Formats: sequence, C-alpha cells, structure tokens
Amino acid sequence: MNIAALIPLFPLIGFAIIGLFGKKLKNEKLIGIIGSGAILASFAVAGTLFVQMLGMPAEDRLSIVKVYTWIATGSFTVDIAYQIDQLSLLFTLIITGIGFLIHVYSIGYMHGDKSFPRFFAYLNLFVFMMLNLVLASNFLLTFLGWEGVGLASYLLIGFWYDKKFDGSHITWTGDAAKKAFIVNRIGDFGVLIAMFMLFNLFGTLDYTTINDSATVVLSPNGTAVILITLALFLGCTGKSAQIPLSVWLPDAMAGPTPVSALIHAATMVTSGIFLVSRTNVLFALAPTTMAIVAGIGISTALIAGTIGIVQNDIKKVLAYSTVSQLGFMFAALGVGAFTAAVFHVMTHAFFKALLFLGSGSVIHGMHHEQDIQKMGGLKKHMPITYRTFFIGTLAISGIPFFSGFFSKDEILWYSFLNGGMLIWGIGALAAFCTAFYMWRVTSLTFHGEERFDVAHVHPHESPKTMTVPLIILAVLSVVGGLVGIPHVLGHYLHIPNLLESWLEPVFAGGSALIRQHTGDHTSTELTLMTVSTVIAIAGIMLARSIYSGGPEKSDALKQKFSTLHKILWNKYYIDEIYHMAFVGPILAASRDFLWKIVDVVVIDGIVNGSATVVGATASVLRKAQSGVAQNYALVMLIGIMALLSLVLYSTH
Amino acid sequence: MGVTALLCTLFAPLVGAAVLALIDRDQHKAIKITALLFTVATLVTAILLIPAFDSDNGQMQFAVNQTWISSLDAGFRIGIDGISLLMVLLTALIMPISLLASWNTIGKHLKEYYALLLILQFGMTGVFIATDTFLFYVFWELILIPMYFIIGIWGGKDRIYAAVKFFLYTLLGSLLMLIAILWLGFAAEAAGVGFTADLIKLKAIAPHIPIEVQFWLFLAFALSFFIKVPLFPFHTWLPDAHVQAPTAGSVILAGVLLKMGTYGLIRFNLELFPQTSADLSGIIAWLAVIGIIYGALVAMVQTDIKKLVAYSSVSHLGFVVLGIFSLTVEGVQGAVIQMVNHGLSTGMLFLCVGVLYDRRHTREISDYGGITNVMPRFAVFFAIAMFASVGLPGLNGFVGEYLTLLGAFRSPFLGSWSFAIIGATGVVFAAVYLLWMFQRVMFGKNDNPENQHLRDMSRIEYWQMVPLVLFIIWIGVSPRTFMDLSEKSVKAVVEKVEHFKFGKTTAGLP
Repeated sequence: MNIAALIPLFPLIGFAIIGLFGKKLKNEKLIGIIGSGAILASFAVAGTLFVQMLGMPAEDRLSIVKVYTWIATGSFTVDIAYQIDQLSLLFTLIITGIGFLIHVYSIGYMHGDKSFPRFFAYLNLFVFMMLNLVLASNFLLTFLGWEGVGLASYLLIGFWYDKKFDGSHITWTGDAAKKAFIVNRIGDFGVLIAMFMLFNLFGTLDYTTINDSATVVLSPNGTAVILITLALFLGCTGKSAQIPLSVWLPDAMAGPTPVSALIHAATMVTSGIFLVSRTNVLFALAPTTMAIVAGIGISTALIAGTIGIVQNDIKKVLAYSTVSQLGFMFAALGVGAFTAAVFHVMTHAFFKALLFLGSGSVIHGMHHEQDIQKMGGLKKHMPITYRTFFIGTLAISGIPFFSGFFSKDEILWYSFLNGGMLIWGIGALAAFCTAFYMWRVTSLTFHGEERFDVAHVHPHESPKTMTVPLIILAVLSVVGGLVGIPHVLGHYLHIPNLLESWLEPVFAGGSALIRQHTGDHTSTELTLMTVSTVIAIAGIMLARSIYSGGPEKSDALKQKFSTLHKILWNKYYIDEIYHMAFVGPILAASRDFLWKIVDVVVIDGIVNGSATVVGATASVLRKAQSGVAQNYALVMLIGIMALLSLVLYSTH
Repeated sequence: MGVTALLCTLFAPLVGAAVLALIDRDQHKAIKITALLFTVATLVTAILLIPAFDSDNGQMQFAVNQTWISSLDAGFRIGIDGISLLMVLLTALIMPISLLASWNTIGKHLKEYYALLLILQFGMTGVFIATDTFLFYVFWELILIPMYFIIGIWGGKDRIYAAVKFFLYTLLGSLLMLIAILWLGFAAEAAGVGFTADLIKLKAIAPHIPIEVQFWLFLAFALSFFIKVPLFPFHTWLPDAHVQAPTAGSVILAGVLLKMGTYGLIRFNLELFPQTSADLSGIIAWLAVIGIIYGALVAMVQTDIKKLVAYSSVSHLGFVVLGIFSLTVEGVQGAVIQMVNHGLSTGMLFLCVGVLYDRRHTREISDYGGITNVMPRFAVFFAIAMFASVGLPGLNGFVGEYLTLLGAFRSPFLGSWSFAIIGATGVVFAAVYLLWMFQRVMFGKNDNPENQHLRDMSRIEYWQMVPLVLFIIWIGVSPRTFMDLSEKSVKAVVEKVEHFKFGKTTAGLP
C-alpha cells in the first residue's frame, strides 16, 4: 500500500511547479491542467486504494505507511507517516473528488485574472495540507496539515489583497484573511496543549497507540481526559467555526468563490469533525466533553441559522448556513452518532460545494454582484445554474430522498435518542431555518422579476468548465445519500446502510463506550422522520409566501420585527463584543502600559538613571584628579597617617 | 582534519581583516570581494567540520590546548561539541549574507566596515568554540568593539545613544562575568587543583563548590548572559540597537550575537552549576515566560517595523530560555535548534525590512501599504520569513517552539504545566503582531504615490534570501539533519543536571 504516500505528493508537486514556474508558463490552460491533474491523480490513487480495501476483510483495512522520521529527540519521536483506513480514505475521496471538480470550475471562474497561476498554486497547496491533515498517523502531522490549511486559507482569503471587503473592523480582504488565521490560531493553541498532555500520558502521538491504550491509561470522565478533549475541541471550534470561534468564517467569504466552496464549505471546515472522529475513543471516555460538544454544536446550528435568514449577500447566507450545518455535525458527534456526523460531512460537501459554485456562477454571470436584493429572475438567463442550485436547495433543506434528508435526519434521530427532546427541538428549529433561508435565496435570486438594470446588466450562463462540475455535484447531491439509508427504511427495501458498516471498525472503540439504546424504535423514528419532513416543507412554504411576491411582504415584516431584525442583521453583535472585551483592552494595555510605562519609563528609567548617577559621581570624583602633584602628595600623606594610626591603634 | 578545519574557521576572518588592511581604501570593489571571499571560505571550512564531527560523541572534539599564561593556567583552548558546531555553522552562514546585505547600502569607510565585520566574525566564532574561561572572556569582549562601531558609525539618526546603551549594558554584564571567572579559578585552587581557566577541568570541579557560593557565581554568569539574550527585564538595549544598526548589523545582532547569551547559559550555567540551575529553573522560566508574552504584546503595538521585529526577538528568545531551563533533552534540544531558527528567520525579517528601508528610507508601518502590488517577488520572501517566525509547522520555527514548550510542559524541574500553557499563548500573539504588520505593509491598496514605483528585489537581494529560505524549509521538514548533531551533547548536559539534582536524593535507594 505504499502508493498511499503518492496521494499528498501529487498536489505538492503541482504546487511546486505552478508556484515556481507558473508565471513563466503564461498559459492558463496548461496551468489549469497541471493543477487539476495533480488532484485527479491523487483521486485515482485514493480510488485504487478504495477498491483494494473493499476486497479485504474489515480487520485488515488499517495500514500505516511510514515515509521518514520527522523529529526525534530525547524520548520524543514522531514520523511523517500516513494512516490509511476507512475514515482517512473516505475523507481523501471527498477532498480529492470535490477538489478536482472545483479546480476544473476555477479554470473558468478565474479566467483572465492576472494572478491565475498563483491561485492554482495555492489551491494545490491547500489540498496537499488537507490530505496531510486527514491521512496523518499521528497528531503532530495532522497539526501540520491543520495549520497548513490555515495558511492556504489565509493566502486565498486575501487572494485579491488590494480589494476592499466590508466587515466588522475589516476594510480589506487581507484583514479578513488575518482574522481567519488568528482566530484559528486560538483554537490551535488548544490542540497544542492537548498534544502535550497526550504525549505526557501516552509517550507517543500516534493515533493507533493512543486509541488502543486510551481505556487503560485514562479513567472514564476523569480530569485528564476531559481536559484533553476540551483542548482538542477548542481547536475544532476554531477550524470548524463553532461558537465561540465562529466569527472568522463569514468574513472568509472575501476570498474567490471557488475557495469558499472548497475550503470554507466542503473540506477544511470539516477538519474539526475529522479530528473528533479520529479520536472518538477519547471523546467517548469524556461524557462531560461530549455534552459540551453537543450543546455547542446545536446552539451554533440555531444561532447561525437565524443569522442566515436576514443576510443579503448570497455568499454570506451560504457561509452562515455552513456554520449552521457544521453545528449539526458537532451535535451528532456530541450525542455519539459519529457515523451520522461523517455522513453529513459527505452530503454537505456535495450540496454546499454545489450551492457555493452555483452562487459563484451567479456572481460571475452578474458581473460581481453579490446582493440578492439586486437579482431576481435569473432562472431564464442561467438555466443550468438555476436547476442545479435548486437541487442543492432541496438537498440541504432535507426534502425526502435527496442526500441531505438522510444525513440530517439521522442526526436529528440520534439527537432525540441519545440527547433528548431539547437537543432535538433546537435541531428541528435550526432545520426549519435552513429550509427557510435557502428558499429565500433561491427565490430572490432566480424567481420573480429582474430587480437589476436590465438595459445594462446582461446575465449570462457560465462556460462549460463551470457548469459541468455543477451538474456532477447536483447528481451527487441527489443520490449521495443512498450510501447511508437508515435501517428503518432500508429494512423494508433490503438496502444495507453501506456507510455505517464501512466506518464501523473506525468507531468501534468509541461506540463501545457509549451507552447504546436498544429496543425497537421503528415507530418513533418514522414519526420523527415525518415531522422533520413537514418542518422542511413548512420552512419552504413560509419563505415562498413571503418572498414569491414583491418585496412588500418582507419589508413589512422587517418593520414589524425591527429590533429582532437589527440583532440578526448585526449577528448578535458577537464581533463587537469581542472587540470591546478583548481586542481593544489588550491593545490599549500593551501600548499605554507595557510599552510606554514599563519599558520606556520604568526599565529605561532605571538604566538611564543609573548611567546618570555614575556620570554625576564621576564628574565629582574627576575633580580629585586635578593633576597638581602637591595635592596628590597631601592626600597620600593623610592616607598613610590614617593607616598608620589604624595599625598602631589596633595592635595596642 | 577536524582541528585544521576548526582553526581555519576561526582564523580565516582575521586573516581576511588583515588582507583588507593591505588594500587601497578606494578599491571598493576589491574590498567587498575580498571580504566576501573570506566569509565564503570560512563557510566552506565550517561545513567541512560536519563530516569530521562524531555526533555519537557528546564531548568536546577537535581540541587544541596551548598554554598562554601559565601562572593562571589560561590557555588557547578550543574545541567543539554539537551545540558549538551548530552555532559555528550559523555564524558562518549569516556572515556572507550580511556582507551581501551591505553590498550597495554601505557607502562610507568601506574598508573599516568590512574589516570590522570580519573581526566580529572572528570574535563570535571564538566565543562558540573557546574551552577556556579567559579565552572566552577575551572573545566575548572583543565582539563589543566592532559592534559598537558598526552601530555608532554606520547606524541611523540616534546611533550614538544606541551604541553607548548597547556598550554599557553589555559591559556591565561582562564585568560581572570577569569576577565570576576569577572566583571560579580561585575555587579550583581551593579545591586543590590550582588556579585554572580550563573549562574542562572546571566542569568537574565547579558542581562541587559550596552551594551558597555557586549561587553567586551562577548569578554573575547568568546576568551577563541574560543581558545578551536579552531576557526580560534586561532587554531595553535591544530595540534601540536594532533600530539604529545598519541592516547587516541587525542581522548579525539577531542572528548570532543574541545566541551568545543563550549559548553561555548552557555552556556555563548548566554545565558548571547543574544543581543551582535546577534550583533556580523556576524563577528563570517565569522570566522567560513573561518575556514571551511581554515581547509579543509590546511588538504588537509598535509603529516602527524594525522595532516590531526587535521586540519579537525578545519573545522568541523567551522560548529559548524556557527550553534551556526546562532542563529536559527535548527542551534544550528545542532551544538549540530554536537558536538556529531565530537566526535564520529573524535575520531574514531584518533583511526584508532592510529591502523596504533602502527604497523608502522610512521604517514607519503607516508609510507603507499595498507593497505586494509593486514588489510581488519580495512579498513571497517576506511572507516566508513571517510565517517561519509565526512558527508554522513545516517551517523551522515550529520545531523549536514546539519542543521548548513540550520540554517545559513535562519538565520534572519546573513541575508545572503553567509555563508551557502560558508560553504557548505567545504562539497566538506572534500570529497577531506579524500578520497585522504584514497586512498593513504588504496588503491593501497601494495609494501612496511614493510607493507606486518601487522596484522589486534586485539580484543581490534575492540571493541573500534564497539560502535562508532553503534552510528554513529544510529544518522544518527534516530537522534531524541538524538536531542529531547536538543530541548527544545536550543529553550529556541534561544528564549532568539530573545527576546533581536527583542523583543525590536517590543515591540511598537500591
């Protein structure tokens, strides 16, 4: 299985070639082919491994491919080594598969940009880092990928570095990039601390060793495992934009739209879910942390969902939607439904990539207009974009038999079963929001009258390099859920839950530690499934009744609930609160106290003060050095007499 | 071969300075090329040390022992272990780069300037290889003179203030060190070995000096080194010295000079007074942690790029000191590689600041903005230097920071997680001050007319940075190439500390 090391290698080579020689190539097509080709090659290798793995018995499917020893000093050793198993391979297939489509799409989207090669170099770098993150056999290599995708994200958010971007305390795209990196760094601090604790306890950072011996080393729900998992989860809230570190993702929309689709929706932001899945044994050992994860996840799902309802920037709506969907995934993890979380990662990757690329197609066709209030009636101008976007909307809303239906429903079901009525209720409310805001976007963008200047703006359908990926993703958004048909339905149709049995060995350790509810819940499950379907349809119907006419109805509502609207429009003022509570005080204290007082006044005061004292003393003493020999002789005489009398006195 | 290479590495710069003296002062090109040739030759001989060096041996190698003042048992004693070797290599690499950084920017008194640089290199190399306390002291003091002149003659507007401050600060430290060196010699005499300056002999004697006396000796050495590092609160000379020094001066200062302090802490404090080191590790580690945070916070609010980078050094060197006084193999190894890392990445940051300064003659961050637009190639190098400093995994800084923090976390001497946890917040702040600075200088719109026609990096600027980038990536991806060299030496030091701290307490046990 040594070809596994090729998976991250291809994008690295792509990055190196395009990064070093891209400018000299001066050929968009060639650069596009190299960039996309590298990802396709990785996908092919991953596919080959997948087929090989299917032919193996489940217990032989895990293998470690060591490349070399990265760091070795004292008792600390860590390898550059890849862990090929069901989980990492599934993520790899998603990353390279969707990554390839988005690379192809970008050839069309970025056409004519003066920094076309730089874009593809960064994208390849991102995929390389992301693959390291998921394929790593140990925490430290995952951390390399973890921070590496942060780097790629930084570079891509600020890709158009001289463009303005409107946000809270943000003027330029570069500000948004910086914010993303720093907020993520706060999370990374947690991962760093978790790694220290893990190494102290286990003497290694290898996943397999830690997972195998976790139950021996750590006592269930003991302080150690709670601290470790909380620290890890802090990292997850950063990378996966959960409360309290969710603030960076909406601003990350400053990057080109393919970036939003690939990094800030389909792949990078699911890193947190990956990390928890990878360490499911640790989390399962810490029920306290699990409860926190579930609570934060489901709250984020609702809070972001409500914000999404009022935003007017098409990408911002999708961004809050992403935050909300990631919240669902964490809720699933928190209630121990690991497979459901990964399932939602997969289906979400399909439909959210589709929706983002669709919005990119709209933005492209509308000549960089992003405000949905200034759109409308695009249905007839951009038929393919419309149809695929429509499918995406149905999928994310949870309309039965689209991919999102199965995964979201599984999450809601386990929330109910393991988490109780409250979590399920909040989740259902968030799902209602999802259906509502997605229909709102679709309706305002594609339906009704054109609200832009028809005489001057001529929307057009995007080129094939952009529409073909849309179509493929639309197909996946429809059928993607079939790999995880719940037993309650599959039972009658004799279709197994393929994903569950595929991932079973990965989650065996964690699942064994979580209390499983046995017994027959068929009727409850079917009832809840019906309820959530009704909720989705209700959300759509409500949005339809408000937005299908003119803007009168929504304006009236805005007036009626103006306070609520203001709070949602300003995203609950979270950014402002952070700025007032942390950024401002820290800056002021550093400038006005540490620098201007401690450094300049206190320390330098002492230093310069003692220099002055020395100088002053010296200028007095200098007067003794008069150069007059008689004076010296006099002083000498006095000295001798003093010494003499001292000696005589003491001997007496 | 090792001894020859070592002697050549030490003396080649001095010979170079002598040769420069013979060249006519108007022959600018000849002066520059001669100086460059000598530094490159030194780099070659330094590299030749590697194959000759036995990294399985933690002791001093390639020893030379010539008596100099027999009554004091002081001699020309040199030798290297893995830690010295890395420092010598770093010095040899930084020097030709600093020379290139001066190529078109130093306009006056060329002959003196390059001669002083070469003498500086002689002194720095000497510090890292001396195994005799007197010789060490001579080299240590020797460095003060060229650096004083480099800042004072070729520096910026307030160069005199900065030079004097630098001189007085370090002189105070070195006087304490001289007292300690003499005291050590007498202590050896009291122990019946006779007065000596032989570091190898002293290493055996010093740990047995009464612990109350050790305390004062430790303190005298430590203060002198703390000032050089500089450790909070002895750091205020650094921002002034950096801001006023010419680019090459800053590069050498950050790249090599500061490491003399941390090197001294390992070589003298840890090796001579292992038990006192263990006893005082907590207090020093606190100073280091405060320095990490303090340096980062103060760096964050600077408006002058060079000052910002200078304060970042205070923060970064805090990690090094924390690693050293974790007294674990991981921590000290991390500290040693971090010394190299800081030399490379902060050296490169200073080069980048120099590139900007040469074009605009301002260091104010607010005078820049959107520079990427006109200098795209420079932007790449600047970004690499920045992310190396930020400690991004895959680049060099991460390895050092991670290991120093890991060492502090699991140190039996510090015995608390708080050092590592608080220190690790410095990693977050590093991202804040560096990325914010980068944002304000490089991103945004280039709307200042004075910035709209800056030319991108020249070939000479390009080649200063390429070797640094190579090592930044190399150490990040495969640090073992370098860390394996010092592993055994560090292990020996740490084991000695463990022996003297815990050996006694566990001696009675079976």
